[in-house]
Amino acid sequence: MKEFKSLVKPYILWSFLLIIVPLLLIVLYSVTTGGNSLVNIRFTLENFKKIGEPIYIQVFVRSFRLGLITTILCLLFGYILAYVIAQFSEKAQSILILFVTIPMWINTLLRTYAWISILSENGIVNSFLEVIGLNPVTMMYTDFSVVLGLVCDLLPFMVIPIHTSLSKMDKSLIEAAYDLGAHRWQAFWRVTFTLSIPGVINGVTMVFLLSISTFVIPKLLGGGQYVLIGNLIENQFVSIGDWNFGSAISLLLAILMLLMINITKKLDKMEGGGDL
Amino acid sequence: MADMGNCIIELKGITKTFDDQQVLRGIDLNIYENEFLTLLGPSGCGKTTILRIIAGFIEADGGELLFNGIDISKVPPYKREVNTVFQKYALFPFLNVYDNVAFGLNIKKVDKTIVDQKVKKTLKLVGLEGFDKRDVTLLSGGQQQRVAIARALVNEPKVLLLDEPLGALDAKLRKEMQVELKKIQQEVGITFIFVTHDQEEALSMSDTVVVMNEGKIQQIGTPVDIYNEPENRFVANFIGESNIIGGNMIRDCLVRFDDVDFPCVDKGFKENEEIEVVLRPEDIDIVEPEKGQLVGEVTNVVFKGVHYEIMVETDKRQYKIHTTDIQEVGTKVGLCVDPDLIHVMYTMEY
Repeated sequence: MKEFKSLVKPYILWSFLLIIVPLLLIVLYSVTTGGNSLVNIRFTLENFKKIGEPIYIQVFVRSFRLGLITTILCLLFGYILAYVIAQFSEKAQSILILFVTIPMWINTLLRTYAWISILSENGIVNSFLEVIGLNPVTMMYTDFSVVLGLVCDLLPFMVIPIHTSLSKMDKSLIEAAYDLGAHRWQAFWRVTFTLSIPGVINGVTMVFLLSISTFVIPKLLGGGQYVLIGNLIENQFVSIGDWNFGSAISLLLAILMLLMINITKKLDKMEGGGDL
Repeated sequence: MADMGNCIIELKGITKTFDDQQVLRGIDLNIYENEFLTLLGPSGCGKTTILRIIAGFIEADGGELLFNGIDISKVPPYKREVNTVFQKYALFPFLNVYDNVAFGLNIKKVDKTIVDQKVKKTLKLVGLEGFDKRDVTLLSGGQQQRVAIARALVNEPKVLLLDEPLGALDAKLRKEMQVELKKIQQEVGITFIFVTHDQEEALSMSDTVVVMNEGKIQQIGTPVDIYNEPENRFVANFIGESNIIGGNMIRDCLVRFDDVDFPCVDKGFKENEEIEVVLRPEDIDIVEPEKGQLVGEVTNVVFKGVHYEIMVETDKRQYKIHTTDIQEVGTKVGLCVDPDLIHVMYTMEY
């Protein structure tokens, strides 16, 4: 086995060049001014102070709120979907999971444009409402359209980990719960749900992280004025050109995410390990 | 025999079909209070299906299932006064030993102090005192087994169902648990319904053994009855080893096989009825050739530990004999069987 250990070396080099170095650059950018010029470098904490301005705090709050709503909805629909899928035969399950992932094969941009054509002023839904004699509803460029887009986009990330933990569950545990006097609902909460918590935590973490850092969907379905953290960072890099401020926001977001992952992991252990 | 009371569970003509395959073909069975009953048979004979029907996990297609005289076939498992020890224990991995055992009582919202008393008492009964806080996933197979038994017993069921609970244990631990289970059953004084494919296990633990094959009951009886008086070829073959020989019943207490008349103790057959005779290998005596009822030559000798397994070839067939005395291969020997060790059965209908 030992001789194979050296096989890992190219990979270490690779990850160093492609992951560690860019990360270090972001850290460097976030605590300096002077943009790309490495000559006029000057260390400062101005970039982080700037995030404290109310207008940016607002962006963070809005992003987290949206992320929370998206995650809760994804959890609700994703759990039900995963649970229903797990009731089928193994063969049917793999086909159904395939259906869940099919939308992921199509570019996010295209999928989001599809939502525009469905939700816009003269889109499919409003045309239908008109036909049955109702007033058109404004759906585009609202919280509704953004959340809808996010939920549909991120649902697979919730369904797959939950389904995995549900499908590998020993069915005799549920029988044991019935046997010991648990009703269907009690058996579900005390056994099925408890055993699926690792999947739920994985799903929640992924969906939440993806939803607060996304920028394509809020841009297209929320309109230009709907600024979230993702858009803010994108703007700093693409249009405004303040890479230092953009890096600071990215770094702060990354730190917040790490903290959250840590907290959920601790929660997972408390749930799973009992008194250990 | 344990002191058996009233009939607690009655199965009447239970049938079950899975995917066009008839798993149970009309099971009639009475199970009594205080009884240690074993369902014994090869895999696929339907024994686990009977257990699952009694537990309520599956519903029979036909027939009646009575519990204390009341039909319970539509009663969901959580309302039945039975508890199950599952084949692979099915312990809740997210709960420690104490909480696993307390699960049933907590579901029923029993008062905490009573739960505590009962759990402690039951853990002591199964020999797991002081294991309360242990993680069940880190216990050995035998310990997990004990937790599973405690988790079921703590609910004070009228009947405990055990689905091949010793199958996953090694041979030595198995023997220990057999003794222990029997002891526990006598201590708590409830009915145990035990499923196994291991005949030795069935014989050493049970009050009553139910031998099954292909969805039908072959024989119900005490371990001694089942071993000494098998009702048909299947039972004789499945329980222990045997020489099974076709023959005729000349009259009461006289049977003819291999062209020799043997005195026996079986009665009630028709004159000249075709029957099958069971001779257990340990019941055949090897004697001098001139004193034997049958004569043959030793063809093979295998040392089995406690005894030798000796094959003797007569001009009709080969006999398997278990004896503690060694014989040389090639020796001419006589074979003798005491009348009360010859067991006559009806030929099996297929």
